[in-house]
Amino acid sequence: MSAATATSTPVVHIDNIVAGYLPGVNILNGCSLVAEQGELIGIIGPNGAGKSTLLKAIFGQVNVRSGSVMLEGEDITGLRANKLVARGVGMVPQNNNVFPSLTIEENLQMGLYQRPGAYKERLEFVTGIFAELGKRLKQRAGSLSGGERQMVAMSRALMMNPKVLLLDEPSAGLSPVRQDEAFIRVSEINKAGVTTIMVEQNARRCLQICDRGYVLDQGRDAYTGTGRELLGDPKVTELYLGTLGT
Amino acid sequence: MSNNSSARRPKSKATTTASQEPKAPSAADDTHVMPSKPVERAKSTGLHIGEAAPGVAKVDPIIVADGIRRTFGGLTAVDVEHLEIPRGAITALIGPNGAGKTTLFNLLTGFDKPDAGTWIFDGTSLSGVPAFKVSRMGQVRTFQLTKALGLLTVVENMKLGAKGQKGESFWQSLIPGIWRKQDEEIEERAMELLAKFKLDAKADDFAASLSGGQRKLLEMARALMSQPQLVMLDEPMAGVNPALTQSLLDKILDLKQEGMTVLFVEHDMHMVRHIADWVVVMAEGRVVAEGDPHTVMRDPAVIDAYLGAHQELDLGVVTGRYSADAADSTTDAAASTKVKASDLEAAGMAELEDTSK
Repeated sequence: MSAATATSTPVVHIDNIVAGYLPGVNILNGCSLVAEQGELIGIIGPNGAGKSTLLKAIFGQVNVRSGSVMLEGEDITGLRANKLVARGVGMVPQNNNVFPSLTIEENLQMGLYQRPGAYKERLEFVTGIFAELGKRLKQRAGSLSGGERQMVAMSRALMMNPKVLLLDEPSAGLSPVRQDEAFIRVSEINKAGVTTIMVEQNARRCLQICDRGYVLDQGRDAYTGTGRELLGDPKVTELYLGTLGT
Repeated sequence: MSNNSSARRPKSKATTTASQEPKAPSAADDTHVMPSKPVERAKSTGLHIGEAAPGVAKVDPIIVADGIRRTFGGLTAVDVEHLEIPRGAITALIGPNGAGKTTLFNLLTGFDKPDAGTWIFDGTSLSGVPAFKVSRMGQVRTFQLTKALGLLTVVENMKLGAKGQKGESFWQSLIPGIWRKQDEEIEERAMELLAKFKLDAKADDFAASLSGGQRKLLEMARALMSQPQLVMLDEPMAGVNPALTQSLLDKILDLKQEGMTVLFVEHDMHMVRHIADWVVVMAEGRVVAEGDPHTVMRDPAVIDAYLGAHQELDLGVVTGRYSADAADSTTDAAASTKVKASDLEAAGMAELEDTSK
């Protein structure tokens, strides 16, 4: 779990990428990130800093104009989603993350369509973390609440046994109690050995559970450190954690 | 449009910067010296009738909403029994993510249709009135995710905000003489507002080249072009450079001074405390508390809804990732070691079952 022990090739190595949606407008201006085997990485930063875009850059959903994204030493920059999934990148978008007209079971099967033989084994792994999904496999995903959909989406991404799991704001739209639950689930997924990169608005909670954090600001990785270092950093506290203090 | 405008620009810029002069020096000091208190402006008080409670009647409401409900599938996003927004004051709408704040904004401004409910703006029923008519009536809004027209310049974006433009009529648009003068006035007003929001240097750049924070400013400035009575700001501070925060707060206070009503959604409690006269707290679609900022922020129901019951816990310690001596200093390390992760998980699941019933 700790970063220090890993000397092998990192699972994800993003090197100085510049990326954007519109021609001439860059959202990421030279952003770098490293995720070692088994790490839980948190990405925080103000709105518009490029957090979600960074995930999209890994998942080939935004034009990467320069720099590279490496997965275990192989260049995956700009590959299409199906290729990325086959190579072991699992993505859980914030919205529209399930097939609403399919059942939970069918959603999970969709996650594994490239390797259907492993269904049983992977289902066991997933229901080990999300026990309640196992009991409701026949329910239509469209009837689920946002938080439940998030769970289904995470499970679906885990079906392919990804080398890295990308989570876009897993706590978004949840009440505080359910947010805590979501963070604990993410921690469990990571403890089961899945390298995880998570973008979060709830910076404090995110930093509490992650091994290392990146603070993005204006498309660059402004600070990085262990979750604990960033929690204790007055600058980060002032800018991004905020307090309700009196 | 832009040919004749650039010729005239320097003149209007000169006049506006001159009027801005006295303010300029303070901008630099603003960033550090504590959240500098320029001139503490008086809060509006005596806005409500009777005890402050969810749905309390206001002395002079600008919006009166009744029984508004909006569901998405099984999720009830907004379920507001009764809500009044006081006129001529700054009202903050706060609440946790997913509380329905933005959905309520969408409903009130005609961007979304409720399953049930009616609301009155300034004496006129707005139920079912489309967004563009709502804005013509003097109720404009900004968006959390800004909607600037990227391939128009900043000043063109601004000019779009002005209402009653003669050139909008097809036949009149063919005869420049009819609208040229008005267009010049609009542009002058646009440049004045841009100067106020420190965007005047960007006037001729494409809006797409602005940062998220600058787009926020542009959107707010554009909203003001329509000379509204009620300005609704959806997270005006999110993404805005902290150094600009103070001057933006002043801008909002200025709006009130000019007689506008402001309703804003915000997560930054410092801002809420500093400028809001009235605070409405939403959670899970309902209004759970109302009152003046200081009272509301001490309300246990608010602390519970907004902060969650377990803010004192360090989830890193709870999940066993870190030992108690490494605990986040804002949390209670001892308590964190005693709580089981599985219990918190179960609490989340229990709440889920409650809400899905």
